[in-house]
Amino acid sequence: MSNLLEVKNLDVKFDTDEGRITAVENISFTLQQGKVLGIVGESGSGKSVTAKSIMQLNPGNTFYNNDAQIILENENTLNFVSKEDLRKIRGGKVSMIFQEPMASFAPAIKIGKQMIEQLLIHRDINKEDAKKISINMLKRVGIADAEKRFNQYAFELSGGMRQRAMIAMALSTMPKLLLADEPTTALDVTIQAQVIDLIKDIIREYQMGVIFITHDLGVIAQVADEVAVMYLGRIVEKGPVNEILKNPKHPYTKGLLEALPDINNLDEPLKPIPGNIPSPLDRPTGCVFRTRCPHHNPEGKDGKIEMKLIEVEPGHWVDQCGIQCGQNG
Amino acid sequence: MGDNLISVNNVSVNFDYQENFISKKQKIHAVNNINIKIKKGSFFGLVGESGSGKTTLGRAILGANKISSGNVIFHDDERDYDLTNMNKQDLKEYRKKAQLIFQDPYAALSPRMTVRDIIAEPLEVMKITNSRQETDERVRDIAAKCRLNIEHLRRFPHAFSGGQRQRISIARALVSNPKFIVADESVAALDVSIQADILNLLKQLQTELNLTYLFISHDLSVVAHVCDVVAVMYLGHIVEMGPSRELFKNPKHSYTKALLSSIPSIDPEKRSEAIELKGEIPSALNPPPGCVFRTRCPNPGIDCKGGEIAMGLTEVEPGHWVDQCCVL
Repeated sequence: MSNLLEVKNLDVKFDTDEGRITAVENISFTLQQGKVLGIVGESGSGKSVTAKSIMQLNPGNTFYNNDAQIILENENTLNFVSKEDLRKIRGGKVSMIFQEPMASFAPAIKIGKQMIEQLLIHRDINKEDAKKISINMLKRVGIADAEKRFNQYAFELSGGMRQRAMIAMALSTMPKLLLADEPTTALDVTIQAQVIDLIKDIIREYQMGVIFITHDLGVIAQVADEVAVMYLGRIVEKGPVNEILKNPKHPYTKGLLEALPDINNLDEPLKPIPGNIPSPLDRPTGCVFRTRCPHHNPEGKDGKIEMKLIEVEPGHWVDQCGIQCGQNG
Repeated sequence: MGDNLISVNNVSVNFDYQENFISKKQKIHAVNNINIKIKKGSFFGLVGESGSGKTTLGRAILGANKISSGNVIFHDDERDYDLTNMNKQDLKEYRKKAQLIFQDPYAALSPRMTVRDIIAEPLEVMKITNSRQETDERVRDIAAKCRLNIEHLRRFPHAFSGGQRQRISIARALVSNPKFIVADESVAALDVSIQADILNLLKQLQTELNLTYLFISHDLSVVAHVCDVVAVMYLGHIVEMGPSRELFKNPKHSYTKALLSSIPSIDPEKRSEAIELKGEIPSALNPPPGCVFRTRCPNPGIDCKGGEIAMGLTEVEPGHWVDQCCVL
């Protein structure tokens, strides 16, 4: 099957007052149509920056490396400069759902107007049709009284409903790729379960590719086909979801799984990952995880092992330092 | 009352609400007729969705919200404090004994104060210590217990990560030597790896300092792990309450069952079979009569459909209380 999206050797750096900091380093992954790639990691691991690079939504002080490629349907989107081109990736072929739906809708414009506006930009249709499509989409995502909601403002909707409206808006342009950045984090569990079901249904129906960013491994287990685990801007492990969650190799992935309170296993004590995520201003050399790694691999400790993903099982890639550490414990 | 530290008796909290200045004044029923007893040395969990009234109840117990009816009694060693009937002097005393840890460690700490000043502030405000030396000693002592280094005390909060900041707020809450701590979503803003660290710290401090916690959270897995007793709240009512293992193994109320089934399983092969709850939590301005959960209940009985059964807890097993509508 052909790849919908291919990211190759992506580095993202930001120029700040304190110097140039690395947010994402040497990231490569592919995504096929109709598949969900989950990206997990702690805050500050570069998950959102990676997603935003695809739409070129990072701020003006961002630097990409020259050999980086983000190939969406045979076009390198990093080369896009003109407004027409950028429109293709911002709402045309790619749509994004954000974490906080209240902050993503304009507060003083009716939801319907916002939905129509983007449809008119991205699709060659008139206002009447745009309205019809929008209302149908609102109905599709399970909003009762879609006609009424269409004429309301974002603050009149509850959290779950706002997130549904956000999904409806993102999907109404029929994107090929959907970027979902923590779409369920701000929601209560019962509403989260509804929204996850909805996203899964919609992926099946429209056969789009999805990048699903979250820090919740439970959510990943339920929605993703493939997972990439990120730490400090690096992918430390990636592979099929079953493989990663049941047979994790990297000490960071193992640590994340052990730190997660499991309601079915209350006797197991919670094991935190010791230490704190280092500041991006002083990134460790070599393996980025070695300052917190529980296995004191002397070679890894010195930072002499370069980071490089190695395929340990078909499709399951682990950082080479992590393989050694993982074997030690 | 022997081994209870807090007794909450028939407590309701209402807020006045007026949509605009010409419309009628209405009442928001945030917390309705709650009865709980918190044992000394226990880790009491309060779970529920947003809008269920967990925070309001926690604040009411601390005396930070006005209680509309009912009373809260704090059983101290020598005497009882009645929160609804307290003079200024008593309130000051009570504040030393009951403290709050907030959710967001980024918003809870003043960016212009050093960590030492942040932790020392309660001591100075409540005039607990007499000299600067004594204050410093107390601050250093509690900071060490919360695993902060001495050199951390000179820095400002911006230099710390989320987990470290949360440890600073815990130190601030504990410096006055309280007996009772309300932890309101204290780990919700943290990453899982750090969350486990803070939970372990809270547990450790509990035994070390003889603390009693009211732990408010929306995360059932966390509550299941740390709490001894759990109360599930929905729309201002407790719908189920019991020892946490018993309650999570053997939930009786349809809402608890739905909540538990909604937790996404970490096992990808175990696709979730969440009991779907229709719609969202109703407005607390006019809650449905009778069982408040019946508008979303997946299996409403014939009786409760009409809303004729009033809310009220029944003991189904020793210490395990369930709202009567779901027992019938």
